[in-house]
Amino acid sequence: MTDVVFENVTKVFPGPMVAVDDLSLEVGDGEFLILVGPSGCGKSTALRMVAGLEKISSGKIVVGGEVINDIPPKDRDIAMVFQNYALYPHMTVEKNLGFALRQRKTPKDELEQKVHSMSELLGLEELMKRRPGQLSGGQRQRVAMGRALVREPRVFLLDEPLSNLDAKLRVQMRAELKKLHQRLGITTIYVTHDQVEAMTLGDRIAVLSAGRLQQLGPPQDVYDHPANVFVAGFIGSPPMNLLRGSASGGLVEAGDLTFPRDGVGDGDVIVGIRPEGLRPVGPDDPGPGFEVHVGVVEPLGDEVLVHGTVAARDAGVRIEPEEATLLAEMSDRAAITVRLEPDLRPKEGTGLHLRVDPATVHLFDAASGAAI
Amino acid sequence: MSGVVPDVRAKDTILATTDASQLKGETGMVERPRARWLPFSPWHFLLMPVAIIMLVPLVWVVVTSLETLAQTQHFPPILWPGSFQWNNYPRAWSSVPFGRWFVNTTIVTSVVVASNLVFCALAAYGFARIRFFGKNVAYFFLLATLLIPIQVVIIPTFLIVKQMHLINTLGALIVPNLANVFGIFLLTQFFRTLPIELEEAARIDGASRLKVLFRIVLPLSLPALATLAVIQFLWTWNDFLWPLVTIYKESAFTLQLGLQSFQGSHVNDTNLLMAGNVMSMMPMLILFIAAQRYFVRGIATQGLKG
Repeated sequence: MTDVVFENVTKVFPGPMVAVDDLSLEVGDGEFLILVGPSGCGKSTALRMVAGLEKISSGKIVVGGEVINDIPPKDRDIAMVFQNYALYPHMTVEKNLGFALRQRKTPKDELEQKVHSMSELLGLEELMKRRPGQLSGGQRQRVAMGRALVREPRVFLLDEPLSNLDAKLRVQMRAELKKLHQRLGITTIYVTHDQVEAMTLGDRIAVLSAGRLQQLGPPQDVYDHPANVFVAGFIGSPPMNLLRGSASGGLVEAGDLTFPRDGVGDGDVIVGIRPEGLRPVGPDDPGPGFEVHVGVVEPLGDEVLVHGTVAARDAGVRIEPEEATLLAEMSDRAAITVRLEPDLRPKEGTGLHLRVDPATVHLFDAASGAAI
Repeated sequence: MSGVVPDVRAKDTILATTDASQLKGETGMVERPRARWLPFSPWHFLLMPVAIIMLVPLVWVVVTSLETLAQTQHFPPILWPGSFQWNNYPRAWSSVPFGRWFVNTTIVTSVVVASNLVFCALAAYGFARIRFFGKNVAYFFLLATLLIPIQVVIIPTFLIVKQMHLINTLGALIVPNLANVFGIFLLTQFFRTLPIELEEAARIDGASRLKVLFRIVLPLSLPALATLAVIQFLWTWNDFLWPLVTIYKESAFTLQLGLQSFQGSHVNDTNLLMAGNVMSMMPMLILFIAAQRYFVRGIATQGLKG
């Protein structure tokens, strides 16, 4: 039983700079947890604290019921794959795979058997005598994973392991990673800023911003029910459209868009609409909607993305690089992105009437950013 | 998870591609196309005369070592003696305890080079990677000692060595030189250029700090270690002043001290002195030719990083 528990963990770097701020979360035994957030949000620091590469300023990390704050990295029985793989350049693939086992004085027969079965599992048999410099990116990736997994660690940590691969290889390795986890069932914490990896790989995702946990839950839940405006703007690609609006007497208004919503108190709100939540209709459609001035059309094959503007105020939510900040934007037009079926190609420079299904619209408090 | 290994190389710079040759400060300069009308660079027109000027003393030493004593005293100097006195070499070897001095110098140089590699690497790793109170101040003061010429510290060092009862022993030449600041500086700067993830990976894989140093850092630092070894070898083998101060018993002489005996107040066996010189230069020449690549690159690295 190897669960990983963060209990009020804080990391302050000299400066002082708070990288991780009072983080509390629990990763279950055998779970695949994704730590996701923009760069500088503290996700890698959180991972490095589990590995023992960073000291914990306050709070504690418990692995398998044992507080590991003061245990040196070599005694934690935790493996990690680095973004740049960190394969030992002067050793062959075989030596790289066996390095950790040799440090643990594993008997030779057992070592050879484990290295052999790991090389079979990852399809590395032909490469055992090569050095990392003679491998392709994908092969290096496999060696890095094999090196981490060969000693059957309690916890497996991955720090943006696919970010150095090209797009095609990334898709392939993503699927292989998922299969590998299903097969081995090791508790895994995976750091990424990639939307697709976050949505597809994990049992749950933890969204971090400015060192603070914003939301924790299964990927689809987080996508469907973002806890605040930051999560809404960060999870999803293209991101959710966020417009400044107001609620009054059960009616929500954002520019031309007006729709009823029960249980919303009067005041300023932020209206969030996913790009796929907009449907093109004729100009006489009676439902709630607005007209988009089409700026750029991007046909992607299986879908068409339309970037344009609507007559509404932009919510001014900035996701990168810092925490979401709500800026009062005075412009009378807001940027908007729409996802359409591949056969629809609105002309650039024209108007496009869109219908909004009020049930799919997210509302956030304009002051705090929290979901309503 | 299987099988088909994609033949796609990541375009990004990936750490794992960094082999030892890439790790040690190559300048990354782009070669310029050479002028077509010459089989060599026009710079050689400048470099060749300079090289000849540099070679003249060396050639003169070799020529003099093959002359008779009368020829060495002739003016103007004879640059081609006609008949070569090859027996100057066995004479030089047997007229003084040359073999003994050669062994002494070899012992001192080997021990000093080996100890410098070990101790400088240990200290440099500490400065490069371990966080401790006062590190930067300590490093600064250590570097500041490089500015102090040996003549300033020679008396206090002599007194310490005397207290240790090492005068007239090889220990006097070894102990004060077991580690030197230049070596610590050279290796610290090199270690800092190594990707830290390699060391972190090794620590997570179960290696202690010392194992990280010996299994990961040092194998990747061979160019810097070779540079340090060559430089230290040259310094120790050629050292004259410190042995002159601490050794006056003939059996503990090094080669550089011993060569003096061909140059007395009444007799000056210049030809034998030069023969001795040539013999004492041989190990250095062989080492330099063998390690020239590292030596030159090491100096270049210093220029860039220092």
